[in-house]
Amino acid sequence: METVLESVGKKTLTQLDYVGSLNIQLWATLRAMVSALPFVGNRYRWQATVRQMLQIGVDAFPMVSLMAICTGFILAMQGASELRRFGALHYVIDLVAVGFTRELGPLLTAIAVSGRSGSAFAAEIGTMKVTEELDALRVMALEPIEFVLAPKYLAALITVPCLSILSNFCGILAGGLFMFFSTHLTPLLYLRYVLTSIELQDVITGLIKSVVFATIIAHVGCLEGFRVRGGPDAVGRSTTSAVVRSTFLVIVADAVFTAIFYFMGRH
Amino acid sequence: MSIISVRDLVVEYDGRRVLDGLNLDIEQGETMVLLGGSGSGKSTLLRQIIGLERPKSGSVHVKGVDITRCSEAKLRKTRLSIGVAFQSAALFNSLSVQDNVALMLREHTSLAPSIIDLMVWMKLAVVGLADFGQLHPQELSGGMKKRGAVARALALDPEILVLDEPSAGLDPIVAAELDELILLLKHALQMTVIVVTHEMPSAFRIADRIAMLYKGAFRAVGTKDEIQASKDPRVRQFLDRIPDDMATASPVAAYFQKYLQGQETYA
Repeated sequence: METVLESVGKKTLTQLDYVGSLNIQLWATLRAMVSALPFVGNRYRWQATVRQMLQIGVDAFPMVSLMAICTGFILAMQGASELRRFGALHYVIDLVAVGFTRELGPLLTAIAVSGRSGSAFAAEIGTMKVTEELDALRVMALEPIEFVLAPKYLAALITVPCLSILSNFCGILAGGLFMFFSTHLTPLLYLRYVLTSIELQDVITGLIKSVVFATIIAHVGCLEGFRVRGGPDAVGRSTTSAVVRSTFLVIVADAVFTAIFYFMGRH
Repeated sequence: MSIISVRDLVVEYDGRRVLDGLNLDIEQGETMVLLGGSGSGKSTLLRQIIGLERPKSGSVHVKGVDITRCSEAKLRKTRLSIGVAFQSAALFNSLSVQDNVALMLREHTSLAPSIIDLMVWMKLAVVGLADFGQLHPQELSGGMKKRGAVARALALDPEILVLDEPSAGLDPIVAAELDELILLLKHALQMTVIVVTHEMPSAFRIADRIAMLYKGAFRAVGTKDEIQASKDPRVRQFLDRIPDDMATASPVAAYFQKYLQGQETYA
């Protein structure tokens, strides 16, 4: 019978193998990504990148906007109910503006993209694996990392930060609407308060997080697809695993980066 | 000199030996049929010949290059002289049939788009799909998909054409049409053709030589006549369609009689 020590050892090795595979895949993709760039790369890869940008970014536009508006309202209302007791209702503006640019904008976007596109990457690549399309690419002297993964990763790197900015905007807009209806604060004045409360470094740290989240979502989704073994049921499991693992890793990465920025004295 | 030379090839999966010290030479311009039952190792040998897997030991030389030990760059270059049609066709579902065929030409040549279009039309015409180029693979019948896969395999006019179970799952008429297509390609384009199959009429129609695999080893390699005249019990069993020892009718009948009398359970 397997001892506890053996079981822990096996699970640790499995996780290390996963992290190692992610790293190998990341470096291989970075090497292959030149081919997906416009002007200097292969034009078919760039066309594939643009298609992916539409799917990851433009198609997620309504969902991310709605999520950000709802969260902006929730944050403003929850904050207002407490801050009102201290006569500090105007701090709701700081709470929403700083909370979204540093934290909630990138995080909400990452969760939405992970659910929509991370699972789609795993399903697409997993199906290609099951139907021997990846083998077909290899025997056609085309590398799946360059052909399939590089356009997806480049598209995620471009669109996730853009969606994060959109999310920030929608969240702050929701805070403004709440302030207008609850305190009759004019939009222009609200905008002035927002601009004084957020700093450029808040936006930059949010964008750095977005780039890291995009990397996690694209690579976990694709790795889950590449690791599919078996039939269609395995594809189903890989999509679930892609969402669960990428969401988990996004939150862990968020905690790590928040701690780094905090101790660097940025926050 | 042989165009493909397999020497002492050993392949194992999780310690289970699948191919056991195979030796095989395939001459330029000949049609070699790999024959054998399910699980005999035919498709595994094929995957070794096209460099999709690396063996435990032994070598596979394709046009003088040992593809089991060469660099990735050299393997990619060698693969350009091999066209492969997979058992499942493995056409890219996201592309139309003509784009599937055009892919290799776009990626590996600098031909003008109009020339590529013309070449794609010619390849599709050879397999009888000239009028179906606009369709996607999911809109085609099983036989059309297989022919589409052959057209894609022919895209770069390879010296070696590899077909994995081309007639599996097809009705006899479509299977016979595919056999005629293989013969036409061999005579018109002087290709070396390797076909994996367990369809006896097809094998004897198209083969110059037949290699019969049984449990990971060759039981017989020879011309059609030599195989037909073989006295090897396993070859005879395969050719004469004799089943392995199975449960005979009387014990099965006795079991059910006991079961109906309530003396036996499924457990």
